[in-house]
Amino acid sequence: MADPIHQFELKTIATVGHIGNMPLVLTQSSVYMIGAVIAITLFVLLGTSGRRLVPTRLQSMVELSYEFVAGTVRSSAGTEGMKFFPLVFSLFMFILILNLVGMVPYSFTVTSHIIITFALAAIVILTVIIYGFMAHGTHFLGLFVPSGVPAWLLPLMVAIEVISFVSRPISLSVRLFANMLAGHIALKIFAGFVPALLAAGAWGLLAPLPLALTIALTALEMLVAVLQAYVFATLTSIYLNDALHPGH
Amino acid sequence: MAQPVQTSTGAPAPGGHGGGFPPFDSHSFGSQLVFFAIAFGLLYVLMSRVALPRVAGILEARHKTVENDIEAAAKMKAETDAAIAAYEKALMEAKGRAQTIAGETRDRLAAETDAKRKALEADLAAKLTEAEKTIAASKAAAMANVSQIAGDAAEAIIKQVAGESVPRASIDAAVAKAV
Repeated sequence: MADPIHQFELKTIATVGHIGNMPLVLTQSSVYMIGAVIAITLFVLLGTSGRRLVPTRLQSMVELSYEFVAGTVRSSAGTEGMKFFPLVFSLFMFILILNLVGMVPYSFTVTSHIIITFALAAIVILTVIIYGFMAHGTHFLGLFVPSGVPAWLLPLMVAIEVISFVSRPISLSVRLFANMLAGHIALKIFAGFVPALLAAGAWGLLAPLPLALTIALTALEMLVAVLQAYVFATLTSIYLNDALHPGH
Repeated sequence: MAQPVQTSTGAPAPGGHGGGFPPFDSHSFGSQLVFFAIAFGLLYVLMSRVALPRVAGILEARHKTVENDIEAAAKMKAETDAAIAAYEKALMEAKGRAQTIAGETRDRLAAETDAKRKALEADLAAKLTEAEKTIAASKAAAMANVSQIAGDAAEAIIKQVAGESVPRASIDAAVAKAV
């Protein structure tokens, strides 16, 4: 049966150089990321090239993406949160395009690598911490001190708040990574059943069952691909809201 | 058909992937992070500097256009309302004036008719009195003629019957007494 892990292997295209001892390797993952950046940029720039009052279809799609992310940011982080809008929009489009491209058969899913999703989460958390301290100074630490809690309970509550804050980048990155990884493994396994059953003589009569399941899973994975991008954008907005308003 | 496929699927399985689970292969992390930083940094700069301001500009322009159009429409509606009010006022005034004119004309015509009727009546009355006078005169004249004729007749009768003439004055006196 087809190896379900094979699809996550990085393929070296070229070794571009060395940083210290570490070889800088251009892989297909890097090409997909750069391709996604070009695709997103072309999408937005071509869509808005007409600057039409009554939008064309492409311009309407660009405006819908813009309004959708702007609505997410506004509802979670308020109007002040709009200063982080370019970051959230970039994150959303980057994850969305890479997730969807990963759904194309034989393509590579960049977001199924933990290091990429962790880097995305790190950007969010570092933005929260750096902006939080820049805007509020030590008041930002008030994030960890819930108000209206009796003094004897405070050490416990602060400990819980700190753990919850520290686990955010982990949960943010693992959620996206695990969803993409598990979905693609499941798809591959069920799709792999189809040729395996067909090759097993009379068992081939059962082949339509895993095929139907694969089709259903494909639909589910399309939903997951879009949903995870949205979840990432929403959680980013919520965490940024903490940086804007650290008081509880 | 089944035989070669089974061998080919069975063969790579044991030797399969030697490098472990690729997403956890830390050798690739450095390169991946570098290219991620390049790609995402580029995306962020392009979005925040070029792409998103353009979209925001378009949305802003549309918002302004719609707002201006609504404002213009409201202004036009106000103008229309004012025009309708003015028209209605003019209509009311015209109606009032028409009524006044009609009333005046009616009164004037009535007065004229009245005057004409009165003049006619006066004329008729005058004619009537004149006619009555003429009648009276004619009557008097006729009466006078009657006395004359009666006197002539009496004189002739007396002459025929008595064969003598009576003085005219006494005949006349007698006739006047009889009539």
